[in-house]
Amino acid sequence: MNNLIKGEKHDWEMVIGLEIHAQIKSNSKLFSSSSTKFGSSPNSQVSLVDAAMPGMLPVINKYCVEQAVKTGVGLNAKINNYSVFDRKNYFYADLPQGYQISQYKYPIVGEGKVTIDFKDGTSKDIRIVRLHLEQDAGKSLHDQNPSKTYVDLNRSGVALMEIVSEPDIRTPDEAGMYISKIRSILMYLDTCDGNMQEGSLRADVNISVRKPGDEYGTRCEIKNLNSIKFIKQAINYEAKRQIEILESGSSIEQNTMLFNTSTGKTRPMRNKEEAHDYRYFPDPDLLPLQISEEEIGKIKSSIPELPDELKNKFIETYKLSNYDASALTAEKQTSDYFNETINSDSELKIHAKIVVNWITSELFSLLNKNNLDLNNSPVSPENLGQLIKLISTNEISGKIAKDVIEEMFSSGKTARQIVDEKGLQQVTDQGEIAKVIDEVIAENPKMVEQYLAGKDKLLGFFVGQAMKLTKGKANPKMLNDILKQKLNKKN
Amino acid sequence: MSKSSLKQTLKDLETKKISIRELNQDYLKRIKEKDNLNVFIHFSEENVLKQIDNLEKDNSAKKLKGIPIAIKDLFCTKSMPTTAASKILENFNPTYESFVTQKLLDEGSIFVGKTNLDEFAMGSATNTSFFGNTINPLSKENKPLAPGGSSGGSAAAVAADLCLGATGTDTGGSIRQPASFCGVVGIKPTYGLCSRWGIAAFASSLDQAGIFSHNVEDASILLQSIAGFDQRDSTSAKVDIPNYFENLDDDLNGKTVGIPKEYSIDGTPMEISQIWEDAIKVLEKKGVKIKNISLPHTKYALPTYYIIAPAEASSNLARYDGVKYGFRSDEINSLDEMYENTRAQGFGKEVKRRILIGTYVLSAGYYDAYYLKAQKVRKLIADDFNKAFKECDFIVTPTAPSAAFPLNEKQNDPIKMYLNDVFTVPASLAGLPGISIPFGKDKNNLPLGIQILGKHFDEQQVFNTAISLERSYE
Repeated sequence: MNNLIKGEKHDWEMVIGLEIHAQIKSNSKLFSSSSTKFGSSPNSQVSLVDAAMPGMLPVINKYCVEQAVKTGVGLNAKINNYSVFDRKNYFYADLPQGYQISQYKYPIVGEGKVTIDFKDGTSKDIRIVRLHLEQDAGKSLHDQNPSKTYVDLNRSGVALMEIVSEPDIRTPDEAGMYISKIRSILMYLDTCDGNMQEGSLRADVNISVRKPGDEYGTRCEIKNLNSIKFIKQAINYEAKRQIEILESGSSIEQNTMLFNTSTGKTRPMRNKEEAHDYRYFPDPDLLPLQISEEEIGKIKSSIPELPDELKNKFIETYKLSNYDASALTAEKQTSDYFNETINSDSELKIHAKIVVNWITSELFSLLNKNNLDLNNSPVSPENLGQLIKLISTNEISGKIAKDVIEEMFSSGKTARQIVDEKGLQQVTDQGEIAKVIDEVIAENPKMVEQYLAGKDKLLGFFVGQAMKLTKGKANPKMLNDILKQKLNKKN
Repeated sequence: MSKSSLKQTLKDLETKKISIRELNQDYLKRIKEKDNLNVFIHFSEENVLKQIDNLEKDNSAKKLKGIPIAIKDLFCTKSMPTTAASKILENFNPTYESFVTQKLLDEGSIFVGKTNLDEFAMGSATNTSFFGNTINPLSKENKPLAPGGSSGGSAAAVAADLCLGATGTDTGGSIRQPASFCGVVGIKPTYGLCSRWGIAAFASSLDQAGIFSHNVEDASILLQSIAGFDQRDSTSAKVDIPNYFENLDDDLNGKTVGIPKEYSIDGTPMEISQIWEDAIKVLEKKGVKIKNISLPHTKYALPTYYIIAPAEASSNLARYDGVKYGFRSDEINSLDEMYENTRAQGFGKEVKRRILIGTYVLSAGYYDAYYLKAQKVRKLIADDFNKAFKECDFIVTPTAPSAAFPLNEKQNDPIKMYLNDVFTVPASLAGLPGISIPFGKDKNNLPLGIQILGKHFDEQQVFNTAISLERSYE
């Protein structure tokens, strides 16, 4: 695959690594018992610890540790029996302690990997460097008052997992696929709600460009991107910016960049000289985190089927393509929906490909149009199963089925109800079809002449006319066969 | 004037020889008389009277019911402001009660006030307080002496008989050294014995709460009251707390005392070497085996301490930023300026010095050479003690290299001031329990202290040795 982008003078390759910040799904914060509920009124979920009152001490939330271990297992990563919490020191108004408790030298999870799947059936591994636990900061609210900044500490102390990848990513699309895959794994594991809009999942992107085969170039880091669209936009813009600089003969400054979502441009936030010295050191308020093999084993055994396992199972059981299977397993709700649909009728198993198509094209486009997702789909898996059964047994045509599903969607009726009420069953009676064809032939003598003179393409015209008369219900194959037969007889 | 002991007072209260009100009125009177010592940052007679009222209505039996206790102003208390002797917390009123003070309240004690200290417990003379010096009650007219520090207010409160006991905190000697200077008993227990929850942090890996009292028995009673596991402090130890007082046993026959040769330091006054020898002789007479031991890394303890403690402090004190509570400068044109001016104006000189040292030793490029190395040496110092304790049951040394010095003597020489901690710092780095008891006087009739160090969580042996020495000295 050619991943190169063209500059004025050379071809360039992007080198991209992601640091994903995933908020752990838990009821209480990483080191305090305050609630983590999103959208509560400002400063309503702040304990003495979160506000860094004098003499307050952090106490590790065991559930958050388990969630991190679970995630590590899901990322095929090494779980470290020994890890250490460090303080990352810097001043900011929404950082009450004056330091963030994070993990620096000894993270809880070490090297791992995830696989992304391309449309052409190939796939690629993206290596994970580490996953560590850390606290989130609060929020500075600059828009509440013209001259003052307010601070909301509800988010202060919420548990985050920072997942750091190797610079294995080469295109904006790969970056998108990688974060989608991570999101999918987290959601299967139920360790993060994956909600990018609410900020539960956000990423810093490290990017550099190089001529193919060269060493890595100087990188810039784009901070805090909270949608896949923005990630791709930011990468594209930043890569172009870097290429222009390099091709003009200048060099890249190692900067931390911010992405402006309305202009689609990146701009420098601070350069290497202005970078913070975080003065990391082990937090003396917390003991090193020790996790036994037994505890890890217990957590492992509680882990549900993950997308890759499920994907392989689908490929094997239903003979699906790698791409179809990975589309189906990207989100847990999709694979659940597929499972329920295909299990709703034993005869559907041999029509798995049709089931996939109906879910990923027809149903998804209807859901998209109506701003819904699978969890609140008006068409239940059983009902979709019933519709597909009607197609596979030739009771209705695929074309009719598209109208039927639209009505199922809007009325909530079952496929069977709609087909019966409207009499949409396919006409499979040879005599009836032949009658209609005779009518069409009789009404279009000139066309018949032209057809017989060699204008084969006109066959479609006759089919269309006949379908029109049967209101689309004629079995397309039978219609074709009889039509050809009759026309050829005229010869 | 013979000061009444806590133990005796409890008996007198029980037998109704004296009422809670009478007892505390007596202390209130003395507190007001000794106002010139500047022992308290916060004292409110009204608040004390209110506590007496409440206790009089309370019929339940409580171990320390009515006992007047002074609290170092580093412990957060609900009923009194908490300042850490800093301008930056000048008007801070906690909404919570520290673990240690809550335990004392639960047992019915009366808090007479919050005692003065070095700002954020950084100092050895209680002369870095925003609220002024505390004067050692043993000072002669016109020759004010330092009470030691950082818990100088609490030590002075006990020495001046303004309470029957006081809480302190000890990071590198802040209980033991002022106890020695003021001629009272001061115990710093094993790191982790008393929860740090609610104590404004100086150096988290070293800070430990402890007790000042008139005598060893009282210390054993009070320490038991404030010790115990607390799930809110991850470094708090899950150990059973023995009844130290009930178990007191001055029979040391057959025990072994370790005498570390590294604690004989050039320039130590004769009188201090003398009381050390006296103590050893007393122990020998009591059937204790004398074992000369070596703690070879002792000479590195001070520099190690003055890297680790400031490093932790520089981070612990970052929360005092003017954003959420406490002092905020008026001169603010930007966020950075708010930090700079608030902290420049809110912290005193010594605190700023230690924040700078701590920030420096943690900086990129210096971390390995200073902080990391100091941590390694700390381990070696702890190993020294572990080895030594295989050969002895406790260790006896002087508490401080001098008696109480004149106020302001070492004000402008931080290094000289830091040298005061030379005998107390090693045990702090190792997390070991240590007590200082008065044992002899210098030529000016000022008290000198002997320090007894024990194994981890072996406070009982420390108390037993202390009471044995105390009884022989009396």
